[in-house]
Amino acid sequence: MIRLDSLTKVFDTPKGAVVAADHIDMEVPEGEICVLLGPSGCGKTTTLKMINRIVKPTSGKVFINGDDTTGLDTQTLRRNIGYVIQQIGLFPNMTIEENITIVPKLLGWDKAKYKARAREMMAMIALEPDAFLKRFPSELSGGQQQRIGVARALAADPPVMLMDEPFGAIDPINRAVIQDEFLKMQQALNKTIMFVSHDIDEAIKMGDRVAVFREGKLVQYSTPDDLLAAPKNAFVESFLGEDRALKRLNLVKVREIVTDEIGTVTPSDTLETALAKIDNYGYQNAILMVNDRKQPAGIVSRSVARTTKGYCRDHFQTVPAVVGLDDDLRKAASLMFAHDQTWLPCVNDEGTVCGQITQRAMTSHLGARYRARQGDDRTPSPAIKE
Amino acid sequence: MEILLYALDSAGLLLSRTLEHIALVGVAVGIATLTGVPIGIAITKNERLAQGVLYLASIIVTIPSIALFGIMIPVLSLIGHGIGYVPAVIAVLLYSQLPIIRNTYTAINNVNPALREAARGIGMSPNQRLRLVEIPLAIPVIMAGVRTAVVLNIGVMAIAAYIGAGGLGTFISRGISQSDPRQLIVGAIAVSVLAIIVDYSLLYVQKRLTPKGMSRQAAAT
Amino acid sequence: MPIRSMRGALKALVLVAIFFAGVWSQSSGVIDDFIWYLPDVQYLAVQHIWLTLMSGSLAILVAIPLGIVLSRPSMARVAESLMQILNVGTTIPTLAVLALSMSFLGIGTVPAVFGLFVATLLPITRNTYAGLKGVNPALMEAAAGIGMSPMQRLFKVELPNALYVIFAGMRTALTINVGTVPLAFLIGAGGLGELIFTGIDLYDPVMMLSGAIPTALLAIVVDALIATIAFLVVPRGVNPGRA
Repeated sequence: MIRLDSLTKVFDTPKGAVVAADHIDMEVPEGEICVLLGPSGCGKTTTLKMINRIVKPTSGKVFINGDDTTGLDTQTLRRNIGYVIQQIGLFPNMTIEENITIVPKLLGWDKAKYKARAREMMAMIALEPDAFLKRFPSELSGGQQQRIGVARALAADPPVMLMDEPFGAIDPINRAVIQDEFLKMQQALNKTIMFVSHDIDEAIKMGDRVAVFREGKLVQYSTPDDLLAAPKNAFVESFLGEDRALKRLNLVKVREIVTDEIGTVTPSDTLETALAKIDNYGYQNAILMVNDRKQPAGIVSRSVARTTKGYCRDHFQTVPAVVGLDDDLRKAASLMFAHDQTWLPCVNDEGTVCGQITQRAMTSHLGARYRARQGDDRTPSPAIKE
Repeated sequence: MEILLYALDSAGLLLSRTLEHIALVGVAVGIATLTGVPIGIAITKNERLAQGVLYLASIIVTIPSIALFGIMIPVLSLIGHGIGYVPAVIAVLLYSQLPIIRNTYTAINNVNPALREAARGIGMSPNQRLRLVEIPLAIPVIMAGVRTAVVLNIGVMAIAAYIGAGGLGTFISRGISQSDPRQLIVGAIAVSVLAIIVDYSLLYVQKRLTPKGMSRQAAAT
Repeated sequence: MPIRSMRGALKALVLVAIFFAGVWSQSSGVIDDFIWYLPDVQYLAVQHIWLTLMSGSLAILVAIPLGIVLSRPSMARVAESLMQILNVGTTIPTLAVLALSMSFLGIGTVPAVFGLFVATLLPITRNTYAGLKGVNPALMEAAAGIGMSPMQRLFKVELPNALYVIFAGMRTALTINVGTVPLAFLIGAGGLGELIFTGIDLYDPVMMLSGAIPTALLAIVVDALIATIAFLVVPRGVNPGRA
C-alpha cells in the first residue's frame, strides 16, 4: 500500500517559486495499479519521484505499507522500491545478468541466490535465460530492453513499484504486447504500483485507479470507469476526449450486460415456428438456430421464414458473429457495426449459447452512469480533500 | 647506410635512452593521472570551479615547453634541481593535467542522465554510482586523455634533453651541436617511432579497458 | 557574499606582492639586468613573430584547401588513407620534425620555416577534413534538394557549419607553432629561443627569463587572438562559444 499525505514540492526558479505538486493526498491499496495521468508539467512525475526521493519533497509524508518512510535512509528506501523509467537506463557496461542482479547484490544476497533469481526473472518476462543473460543491453531491441528494465526493478521482489512512462519509448505494436504481458505478470505478483502516463488509453487499460493531475493538483482520483462516466470538471472532461463514452466500452465485459433471454430455434423446427418466435421476441431480422449441444449453428431470417415453407435446417444462413462472456464491449460493438446487427449471441467457455447482448442494452448500460451523474453532480470523490 | 650502421653501433645506447625516455614520461604521466582523474571527478560537482580549473590548465598547455623550462630553472635552482630530470618531470606533470582533467570531467559529465537516475532509483550510494556506473563508462575517454598526454609529452621530454634530463632528445641535441647528421637523424626517427608505437599501444589498451557492452559506442568516439 | 570579500582581499594581496617584488627587484638591480636585454628581446621577438607568421600563414593557405579537396566525395578513397598518415604525422614530436628538416635542408631560416610549416599543416588539414565530413548529412541533402550547386553547397552550407571545427584546428596548430618557434634557434633561425637556450648554457637566469617570459606571453596572446577571431567570425547559430 502507498499513501501520500499532503505531499508538496515547490521548485525555486529564477522566475519565482513554482508549486509542482500541491498537497497531494492519495492512497493506492495493496496489489493495485494506480496511473497518474495528466498533460506534461502537471506534477504527475514530480509526485511519483517524491516517493523514492529522486525529487526531494518540500513537505508531506509518504507511507508504504502503513509505515512512514520519512525516517528511512534514502538508499534503503530505494532498494525496496522497484523503479522503471522511460529511457530504460540499463547500464551499458554490465551484462543483462549484472543489470538484473544489481539490486540483490546491493542488498547483499549471496551469489547462488541472485543467480537463480536472474533466471527466474528471465522466465517471468519470457526471454530465454541462456540466450540473453550474458549479452549486453546494446545487443537487444527496445522492447527487450524494457522487459529487462522491468525485471531489474522486480529482482529484489519489492512490494512497491514506481514506473515513469515505462512503455512510452516503445513502438505501438510492441507496447500493446508488453502491456498485456505486464498485466499478466501483475496478476501473479500483486505488487502495489504507481504508474505515470500521459496516454489516456494506457491509463484506462493499465489502471485499477486513475489519478488525474493538473497544474500540481490532484483533480480526480477514481476507477477508470468512474472517471470516464463522471469526469469531475470541464478540464478532466476535455482531457478524456469527446469519445470518452466509447473508451468505456473497453472497461465493461459482455458478462455484465448479457441477458439470458434469447430465442432460439432448432434445425427440426418449422419456419412457421421460427417466424412466431421472431415476432415473439421482437427480433427485427432473424433468429438464432442452435444444434443439439446448444451451439450456434446458423440464423434464420425473417424474410425467409415469412415467405417459405419447410424446416429451419434447410433454410438457414451462417452465423455472422458471436461474442464470449469475457470479451469487452468494444469488441461486441465492433462486431455489431461490422455485420449490421443490433444484437449478438453470447457463448460461454464451452461454446454453448448462454444469452444475447443487444445494442439497446449496451447504450442503456453506458447511459445509466451519465443519467445517474446528473443527480449527484456536486458530490466529490471521497479520495480528494478540497 | 651510414645512419643505419651508426644506429647498429650505438644500439645499446639507443635502447638505454629509449627506456630512460619512456620511464621519465611514464612516471610523470602516471603521477599526473593520479592527480588529474580525482580533480576531474571533483570538479563535476561545481560548474564554476570546473571552468576555472580547465581555463588554468589550458593556459599552462599554451606555454611553450622550453619557455616553461626557462621559467622553472631559476625557481627550482633554489632547491638545487634547476637542471636535470626534475624540471622535465614537473613540466610533463603540468602539461598532462589538461587532457586528463578535461577528458575525465567531460566523460563523467556526459554520462547519460537516464543512467544516473536509474542508478539513484535502484538505491546506489553516490560512491557506488561512481564506482559501478560513472567511472566504468568514462574509462575509454579518460584513457584517451592519458594517451594524448603521453604522446604530447614524449615530444616535450625530447626537448628536455637541453636542460639535461636525458632521453632520446640527447641524440638530437648532440647531433645539432656536433653537426653530426647521424646522431641527429637517429634521434629524430627514434623519438618519432617511439611516439607512434606508444600511441598505438595505448589505443589498444584503451580498447581493452572499454567495457564490453560499450565497444559499439566507443568505436564512434 | 563571503566569496566576493575574499576575492577583494586576494586582489589587495596580489597588489601588495607586486609592489614588494618591484621594490626588491629595483634594489637588487635585476630590473637593470632585464633592461640591458631589452633591445635583444625586441629584435628577437620580431624575428620570432616573423617565423610564426610565415610558416603559419603558409600552412593555413595550404591546409584548408587540402582539407576541402580531401573531403570531396570523389576523393573518399585516397582521403581515408591519407588522413591515417596525417594522424600518424601529428604524433611526431616537433623537435624531431625540425631536426629532420635540418638534416635535409641544412641550417637557417628556410629549414626552420619548412619544419614549422609541416608541424602546423597537419592539425589544420585534419580538422578541416573532419569538420567538413562532420556536417549533418540532412543539411547536405536539404541543400542539394533545394537545387544548390556543389560550389554553393560548399560555401553556403558546408564551410559555415564546419568553421568552428576548422578554427579549433587553427588554434591548436598555431599554439604548437608558437611553442616550436623557440626551437628554430637550434637550427639557426633565431627568435626568442636564442635567449632561452643561451641562458641555459651560460646559466644566466635573467637572460633565460628575458626569452622565456615573452615567449610564454606571445603564445598566450596568439591563442587568445585566434579564440577571439573564431568567436567573431563563426556564425552565431553554429558557434558554441556564443550559445
